[in-house]
Amino acid sequence: MALENTLIQDKLVETFNNDVFNFQQERDIFSLEASADKITALILFLKNDPELRFHFLTDLCGIHYPDNETERQFAVVYHLHNWYENKRLKIKVFLNGEKPEIKSITNIFLSSNWMERETYDFFGVNFIGHPQLKRILNMDEMQSHPMRKEFPLEDSGRTDKDDRFFGRTTSNC
Amino acid sequence: MSDSKVNMVAPPEGVVGEGFFATKLNDVVGLARANSLWPLPFATSCCGIEFMATMASHYDLARFGSERVSFSPRQADMLLVMGTISKKMAPILRQVYEQMSEPRWVIAVGACASSGGVFDTYSVLQGIDKVIPVDVYVPGCPPRPEQIVDGVMRLQELVKSESVRRRSSPEYQELLASYNIS
Repeated sequence: MALENTLIQDKLVETFNNDVFNFQQERDIFSLEASADKITALILFLKNDPELRFHFLTDLCGIHYPDNETERQFAVVYHLHNWYENKRLKIKVFLNGEKPEIKSITNIFLSSNWMERETYDFFGVNFIGHPQLKRILNMDEMQSHPMRKEFPLEDSGRTDKDDRFFGRTTSNC
Repeated sequence: MSDSKVNMVAPPEGVVGEGFFATKLNDVVGLARANSLWPLPFATSCCGIEFMATMASHYDLARFGSERVSFSPRQADMLLVMGTISKKMAPILRQVYEQMSEPRWVIAVGACASSGGVFDTYSVLQGIDKVIPVDVYVPGCPPRPEQIVDGVMRLQELVKSESVRRRSSPEYQELLASYNIS
């Protein structure tokens, strides 16, 4: 018996009321939004509920939306997977653009340790309660959080690349 | 030796007489160094695969006296950096270079090691000459084994003509100091 979207939605709304919203089927994955301060309780509920049993964290990552209003400029996305029913779930949490922070879920899923470090490294999202929140992929001396749109992708130290030789002018590059 | 197919390196310029041969010490040392360059492969990606072909029987870098591939920087003369070096790896490359004893030479193999290649991005070192001095650059993405052999042969020419005093010259000390290597 498959795990129905409506069952998931009803259970979550019953427990978390207005802190879970915007339920929708996005292609083949059931998605919802949640408010940041309830995220640990929500993930714990999804993991431990005897019917839902979302016991596997597939992925955790960040997104930057610089054009959104300040309260919704960062998002952290959680992908959960129920292996018993082969059912996936996506939870999106929007964060403040000036001070992006959210509670860590490392106590619930140990695998989120490195994923949260990666999200911190690339987006500068502060995971409160993370045991070792430091850069994981980039070098420790780096000042920027490179996946934020305000930081340039290209390296400023490049000396052999003269835009004139690539047919680029200020209007088309 | 007349029936042998072994190619010998020609002797340096000098004066030949009955029972003696006189030449410059520089030339003899250069000849010996150039024909026994022990390579240290620092391979991080596809250029390293080309280097494997270069070392294998078909292209056979051993013909040039580089038979013995060293995997310790302490017993190597020629550091071959092959592949993309990320900024996080730069200190490690530098440490490997510092552990090599003089005289030491560096070949940057491929576009990435030479200039960063297509990876013009925040995480990639834009050429290894940002952290260590380089003697020969081999272009290509990746270069064919012939090109790597050509790079080694060009380095041999450099080694042959290098003065035995070069490594203690003030110019060389200045070069190292510009990289903050003592």
